[in-house]
Amino acid sequence: MNELQELYQQVILDHNRNPRNYGELQDATCSAEGFNPLCGDQINVALVVKDGVIEDVKFTGSGCAISKASASIMTSVLKGKTVAEAEQTFDTFHHLVTEEDDDVDMESLGKLAVFAGVREFPARVKCASLCWHTMRNAIEGSGEIISTE
Amino acid sequence: MISEEIHDASVVAPAFDVQAIREQFPILHRTVYNKPLVYLDSAATSQKPQRVIDAIVHYYTELNSNIHRGVHRLSQDATTAYEHARKAMQQFVNARSSREIIFTRGCTEGMNLIASTFGRTAVGEGDEILISEMEHHSNIVPWQMLCREKGATLRVIPISDSGELRMDEYERMLNERTKLVSVVHVSNSLGTVNPIKEVIDIAHARGIPVVVDGAQATPHISVDVQALDCDFYTVSGHKMYGPTGIGFVYGKAELLEPLPPYQGGGDMILSVTFEKTIYNELPFRYEAGTPNIEGAIALTAAVDFIRQTGYEAIAAHEHDLLMYATELLSEIPEIHLIGTARSKAGVVAFTIDDIHPHDIGTFLDREGVAIRTGHHCTQPVMKRYGVPATNRVSFAVYNTREEIEVLIRALHGVITMFR
Repeated sequence: MNELQELYQQVILDHNRNPRNYGELQDATCSAEGFNPLCGDQINVALVVKDGVIEDVKFTGSGCAISKASASIMTSVLKGKTVAEAEQTFDTFHHLVTEEDDDVDMESLGKLAVFAGVREFPARVKCASLCWHTMRNAIEGSGEIISTE
Repeated sequence: MISEEIHDASVVAPAFDVQAIREQFPILHRTVYNKPLVYLDSAATSQKPQRVIDAIVHYYTELNSNIHRGVHRLSQDATTAYEHARKAMQQFVNARSSREIIFTRGCTEGMNLIASTFGRTAVGEGDEILISEMEHHSNIVPWQMLCREKGATLRVIPISDSGELRMDEYERMLNERTKLVSVVHVSNSLGTVNPIKEVIDIAHARGIPVVVDGAQATPHISVDVQALDCDFYTVSGHKMYGPTGIGFVYGKAELLEPLPPYQGGGDMILSVTFEKTIYNELPFRYEAGTPNIEGAIALTAAVDFIRQTGYEAIAAHEHDLLMYATELLSEIPEIHLIGTARSKAGVVAFTIDDIHPHDIGTFLDREGVAIRTGHHCTQPVMKRYGVPATNRVSFAVYNTREEIEVLIRALHGVITMFR
């Protein structure tokens, strides 16, 4: 498998074609908007957080295959997690897509492991992490528009 | 060198030899990911011929010193070379005087300079500034800032579906409150060559001054500021085979003369006391601080390259590439061209069904093909066409038909992968 095929794995292409949890979340308790000015990606992440647990999470927006698949898989993974677990998952995910070393607990990442190929494409790290930054921003409730720049 | 005429019609251009051109650009011989580099992103920045690279090396090897200051030999030689560059730029755009050439970091600084000197003087509360829907952010934001400061209004000339200025709307939008028109000569995201002479004449008929953003024009077409009669014209060096961080503003001397300075500092003054500063004369009043000396000198080498190659040869070759690329791209049903104006230069932009440009860009990159994907600093254009981003292929004189064929093969690969 070459680096390109590693980046665009079938799982990613599938989530790009049929993103999960895409749409408005009516009873959201928090939300945030994120931009990647480099490529024009725009995303809105909305969550229902009760007693420190993410009960539901959805996203809307437009972006490349990597950013869409990342949001799709992120929302699938986060449902049912505590806020603290979500933070920890983000840290592990961030390490996976940015660091050269293999010092990542792949097992804890589950489906997110398909993004391992991103690290070979530094220009695409922001695409993969935009939804995560936006999610964190929504939970922290700063309400500010975030940008990857 | 500068005594030669730029437009020398007596010299018959030899048959165009693109390989001989490519030989002058060392970077074109490198590979990326073990594939030959296919550089189709010259509208972002052009590659540099050896003579431009040599000019920078020569400056730092032989001339380096500060200008307009020292009595020593190096300073005099550097000053001579820098002012020689100004004269070369004067000839390049056919300005009346080298006093009308102000070196800047590029077009963005050029626009900011014009907005904060001429703009501040000419525009007041309730006035209007007219730009177009196809402007680069650098010809939008400085005017927005000025409008906010002055309580003025920014108005926008719409474009047609093919990406042409709506000239009828333009004429209708001009009124007694319009104090300034600022329009791009050649669009960086659509490739449209605007009827800039007509734009200028229509505004001048009502006594309204016109600023022209020439960033994407001078790499492709000959510009004569006296024939155009534009009031200001901005040029970017790195788009036209020169280095980054250098460009210039042409401004009519009679407009520049009464204006306040742009930035304060060294070199723009005649005398300074804590009570009062007497500003220097044109053009030095607008060039505070030590400028990009080697940039100006190397830009002269870029102008020499353009002159030697000839605008006619450049335009003919690039037109052939544009036609060829447009033809091959049009044959692919998934591809939709964005910007189909009758008069275009250097740019083909497109989308591929629902495949995001960023994914396309990454795929092409691994095939050695460099294109620009994104909004190209023209977000209003993206909005106009209802797309978040486009794929932009742009040409310079060193590109070949074979490179376009490599691009087309790679695009077929993208479509197969995402199908």
